[in-house]
Amino acid sequence: MKRHLRMTLPSMLAAAAFLTAASTAYADIKIGSILAVTGPASFLGDPEKKTLEMYVDQINAAGGVNGQKIKLTVYDSGGNPNKAKTFATRLIEQDQVDAVIGDSTTGATLAIMPVFEDAGVPLISLAGAIQVIQPVRKWVFKTPHTDTMACEKIFEDLKKHNQTKIALISGTGGFGKSMSAECHKVAGQYGIQIVHEESYGPNDNDMTPQLTNIKNAAGVQAVVNPGFGQGPAIVTRNYRQLGIKVPLYESHGVASKQYIKLAGDAANGVRLPAAALLVADKLPASDPQKKVVEGYKTTYEKKTGQEVSTFGGHAYDALMILVDAMKRAGSADKAKVRDEIEKTKGFVGTGGVVNMSAKDHLGLDLTAFRMLEIKNGDWTLAN
Amino acid sequence: MAEFLQFAFSGLTVGAIYALVALGFTLIYNASGVINFAQGEFVMLGGMVTVFTHAAGVPLPLAALIALVVAIIVGLALYRLAIEPARGASPVTLIIITIGASILLRGGASLTFDKSFHSLPPFAGSKPLMIGGAALLPQSLIVLAGAGAIVIALWYFLTRTLSGKAILATAANRLAARLVGINTNAVVGLSFGVSAAIGALGGILMTPITLTSYDSGTLLALKGFAAAMLGSMGNPLGAVVGGLTVGLLEAFSAGYISSSYKDAVAFLVILGVLFLMPQGLFGRGGMERV
Repeated sequence: MKRHLRMTLPSMLAAAAFLTAASTAYADIKIGSILAVTGPASFLGDPEKKTLEMYVDQINAAGGVNGQKIKLTVYDSGGNPNKAKTFATRLIEQDQVDAVIGDSTTGATLAIMPVFEDAGVPLISLAGAIQVIQPVRKWVFKTPHTDTMACEKIFEDLKKHNQTKIALISGTGGFGKSMSAECHKVAGQYGIQIVHEESYGPNDNDMTPQLTNIKNAAGVQAVVNPGFGQGPAIVTRNYRQLGIKVPLYESHGVASKQYIKLAGDAANGVRLPAAALLVADKLPASDPQKKVVEGYKTTYEKKTGQEVSTFGGHAYDALMILVDAMKRAGSADKAKVRDEIEKTKGFVGTGGVVNMSAKDHLGLDLTAFRMLEIKNGDWTLAN
Repeated sequence: MAEFLQFAFSGLTVGAIYALVALGFTLIYNASGVINFAQGEFVMLGGMVTVFTHAAGVPLPLAALIALVVAIIVGLALYRLAIEPARGASPVTLIIITIGASILLRGGASLTFDKSFHSLPPFAGSKPLMIGGAALLPQSLIVLAGAGAIVIALWYFLTRTLSGKAILATAANRLAARLVGINTNAVVGLSFGVSAAIGALGGILMTPITLTSYDSGTLLALKGFAAAMLGSMGNPLGAVVGGLTVGLLEAFSAGYISSSYKDAVAFLVILGVLFLMPQGLFGRGGMERV
């Protein structure tokens, strides 16, 4: 008995020592995430969460990053800035994360940015508005296209069709407001004149009065509708109902099949700027994004059984940019990873080709957007 | 003129939906003195259950019927499980219970169904009718006709049937009603069932126009409540007039004044009316509610 113990004790100690050594060498990389999984912006947060979980599992199964496994912690902010801020503090103090992806919405991102700036933790936001990266903040990056780019892409297309006088009908939610302001800012550069302006509330269910005014406004050659959620679907229906003949442009905020489903036949003929992901199967083989977007689309649709949306794609891009940066940095050291994220060059994601710099924490240009037209209830590349 | 008509059509359609929600408020308020803040959820249930049973392959009329039955069962359950056990409590407590029920129903719907928006095919095509230069959807006519039919049926039920008269009697004087042998608890339960049915019908009729989602009831309850207050809480005619007025106010202020201030204008007018006539448009100062 005694002998037996004498034999086992050292080996047990050795085993214990080995285990501690192993766990220090292979401590997990902790990635935190705050997403609007429920609530009004759940159509953003839900696919984002699924995407992150799916790809973290895949990366871990393939051996992790720098020999370390990723431990993902996702909190649901419901798009609420206050909640998001609480979770941000929790991620830093309790979970001690190495980097963070989130929030899904602009409001919540603006609320959590200062927390990560102070703590010196890299944050890659999945929010749309340009305020997230302008002015540039040291630790904050983002992957989705900005609303300014959407305006520019739309105006570029309008100019190509010699349409210069437009009417705006914007949602009064954060997204619509911000995009409408950005459109005002860049309209001059494209020689576009906004001759009439209307708005609607995020929960309104009839926009015919506003559209009647647009219909009666003189000289309107096209209508642009910045907004997301169910609003644009109702605008589109009312638009056809009133028989307005000029072209209707929607924003990238409606870039999901749900919009086509809700608007029905009325959606045919609508133009919008959107990421290549929506038309993955229609891209020419020579397109640099073809492989990435098709890969993501197939993986996502197989795993979740749901149709792919660009929003989940933004989470994919954020995770891959982060993992790439960690690989280049050779560790999860926060400062090194931040520097490497900023050096991201030629990264091909679902949103476009990313070239970041100290002045540009988004790294996308207008080529990242494709002009789409809805035909027979499906996206097509507009020419 | 064409634009005036267009605004009027828009306002009447939206107003008819508010009116139905306001009617639901009125009925339960009359029978029990409770303002049922879960009324919007009945509307949501009507829409969502129809959408999902229809998507599962059930023909639309049957899907609508199923939705109606589900809403009535939920309405009765709300009464039986939440309101009746607390019957000794003050109306304020009961109102808070209905707010809780509303949150529960919304959460339940988001889990049972999903969190995205849904629509139904219009019942009579989507080609708008042109009247005086203004476009009117056939579905809007169906909503208006449906709302009208519901109001007439409700009037008939309340004044011509024994159960309906029991509701009126309970509203007039609960104690006296009980003394003459009316089972007032059953009457309150009945009012929950009928309110749920009205709400669900509204939800089914409006979904092809307004779309629906698990949380679409919240805002409708708010607008319906404003309409009921405007038309004097407890007065069925007031509820209808109040609903149509709120809808028209919204449409005309969006059309003629500014779409950014549409809700503000509507609510300012309501506040103004209530300031001058605290009992609402159809209120009889100091009288008992009926």
